[in-house]
Amino acid sequence: MSTTTPHRVLIAKPGLDGHDRGAKFIARALRDHGFEVIYTGIRRSPEEIAAAAIQEDVAAIGLSSLSGAHLRLFPAVLTALKNQGAGDIPVLGGGVIPDEDIKTLLAAGLHAIFTPGTPAATIIEAFRAACQTGSHSDSDD
Amino acid sequence: MTDSNSLSDWQKQELASSLSRFPERKKTFTRHGGEEIQRLALPEEIDEEYERQLGFPGRYPFTRGVQPTMHRGRLWTMRQYAGFSTAAESNLRYRYLLEQGTTGLSVAFDLPTQIGYDSDDPMALGEVGKVGVAIDTLADMEVLFQEIPLGEISTSMTINSPAIVLLAMYIVVAEKQGVATDQLRGTIQNDVLKEYVARGTYIFPPRPSLRLITNIFQWCGTHAPLFNTISISGYHIREAGSTAAQEVGLTLANGITYVQTALDAGLELDQFARRLAFFFNASSNLLEEVAKFRAARRLWARIMKNRFEARNPASQMLRFHSQTAGSSLTAQQVDNNIVRVTIQALAAVLGGTQSLHTNSRDEALGLPTEDSVRTALRTQQIIAHESGIAETIDPLAGSYYIEQLTDQIELEAEELIATIEEAGGVVAAIENGLIQRRIEESAYQYQLEVEQGERVIVGVNKFQESAEERPPLHRVDPAVEDEQVGRLAAVRAGRDNVEVDRLLAELKMAAQSGEDNLMEPILAAVRAYASLGEICLVLREVFGEYRD
Repeated sequence: MSTTTPHRVLIAKPGLDGHDRGAKFIARALRDHGFEVIYTGIRRSPEEIAAAAIQEDVAAIGLSSLSGAHLRLFPAVLTALKNQGAGDIPVLGGGVIPDEDIKTLLAAGLHAIFTPGTPAATIIEAFRAACQTGSHSDSDD
Repeated sequence: MTDSNSLSDWQKQELASSLSRFPERKKTFTRHGGEEIQRLALPEEIDEEYERQLGFPGRYPFTRGVQPTMHRGRLWTMRQYAGFSTAAESNLRYRYLLEQGTTGLSVAFDLPTQIGYDSDDPMALGEVGKVGVAIDTLADMEVLFQEIPLGEISTSMTINSPAIVLLAMYIVVAEKQGVATDQLRGTIQNDVLKEYVARGTYIFPPRPSLRLITNIFQWCGTHAPLFNTISISGYHIREAGSTAAQEVGLTLANGITYVQTALDAGLELDQFARRLAFFFNASSNLLEEVAKFRAARRLWARIMKNRFEARNPASQMLRFHSQTAGSSLTAQQVDNNIVRVTIQALAAVLGGTQSLHTNSRDEALGLPTEDSVRTALRTQQIIAHESGIAETIDPLAGSYYIEQLTDQIELEAEELIATIEEAGGVVAAIENGLIQRRIEESAYQYQLEVEQGERVIVGVNKFQESAEERPPLHRVDPAVEDEQVGRLAAVRAGRDNVEVDRLLAELKMAAQSGEDNLMEPILAAVRAYASLGEICLVLREVFGEYRD
């Protein structure tokens, strides 16, 4: 790690799904690897998530959904970000997501999608890369 | 009481009474060769320690099971949790499951229903019909149970914050089928406390939620005495990452809270305590899980007898449903999940479960297909009819390891309950985050062990295969959301809206009173086809909403 300022990221649960064991694990694993992490808690609307991302000035957003609503909710977060003028924040997603939906979501503009069993190290690296490539990157050195 | 005395006393009382009312499944159970299988293996000498810690099945402290003949008398209920998309599609799945030999229904509702939103609410976007069936009004419930005789089957409904509304709908559907309310058998989950720490489908703050629960206990005690009014659930606490002992401790702490709240409201213990049911996780550590079920049974019996002075044995018994651990299923090498589910189901049966749901192999990928659901049900049938473990009672009793672990888990659970009480009880421990932190810590440590390879998950962090073929998935048609919204609009257009408004205003007054039992006003509103979302909105206005 070359940065001295930690990357700030938002972990969010869009929709009504309350299963946040995975989201909380990733939030804590990122913290343990030097990120500054804000977790929204469960049941947030796409608009609330976008507003929180802007207010907290994060470099990347991680979304988690296990209820099968990802095809509607993940792109809705991208739209909310664009509407609020923050369409350049990279958004990563994770959850119970079928292969064919991954293609759809990446095409819609998601930065990366992770499915069950992905090692935490892979996800942490993806966040690091997303934070560095995004124009919202807060690592100034 | 000397050895032979307590044994013969049990034989003459609990056992004889049970056998005379419910004969065992077979006249004799035999091994291949004809030798008889013992009903209940016992130590050579029945000493005080044995009686205090283990005793006999169907007798306090119920360590060896809640019925005197256990699975020899009646197999557990094979109850597969199912529901998706529309009421009509779910109805077809239930009828299929009944044809395949499932013996009880278990309804999965979609998230908007579980959180009290109608399908046309903006909050329902993308979630309608996804993880369960969408129910907006009585009209949907009528379709959900059409041609299913509610007088003959038992139905479990996984519904918590708005349980009182779905229960009211179920009662009215049964009435329309000509089935009297006092004949209805089934269970509503109705366990809101664990929603704040694990599952997330809360609506109202804890205190008004406890009032709704107590209203249900009271109303059903008189009108639906065979219906289990709550299923106090450790399942989701475990799924959220707790340990086995935390699962027991937190669940029983919630149980204590429900009992105390009902007593404080003036209910008679024996009027409601016999209808409390429990729901636990069956995870892969087979011996730990067996010990956990036995420890939970014994500890609950002790709490009910010593703390609440329950005299009726039915009020001391911990009867439980179990489900295999969803979080243990892997998206990799999905067929391995059949083996995991088998081990977990064995644990539940060896632990004396009253009913069981076995997960399907493809549930880490999405909703299960009909083929996968059938294999999951067949797994239970093989355990029931081929494995032999249902032919003798509590066969692992007396194993040094099992008994020590049972004692240990009971002790750890008791300590956790004491910690929560010192912190001011469950509601306070939820509000200040103590319970959530305990669960999170366990979940994090477990996942670290997996990440570091100290805990092997076959196919995930060891024995991986590349280029796997994915099995076909069951998908919910996105058009379901629009269809359901259309059906709701039709119901609203066809009902007497003046009457609905009047009944909702009455409900509001009853809710504001703080005293009234809300079951009757909700039954009236449901009969007039008021929607779940409309009823919950009234309650949201009066009670407020909880936010974590």
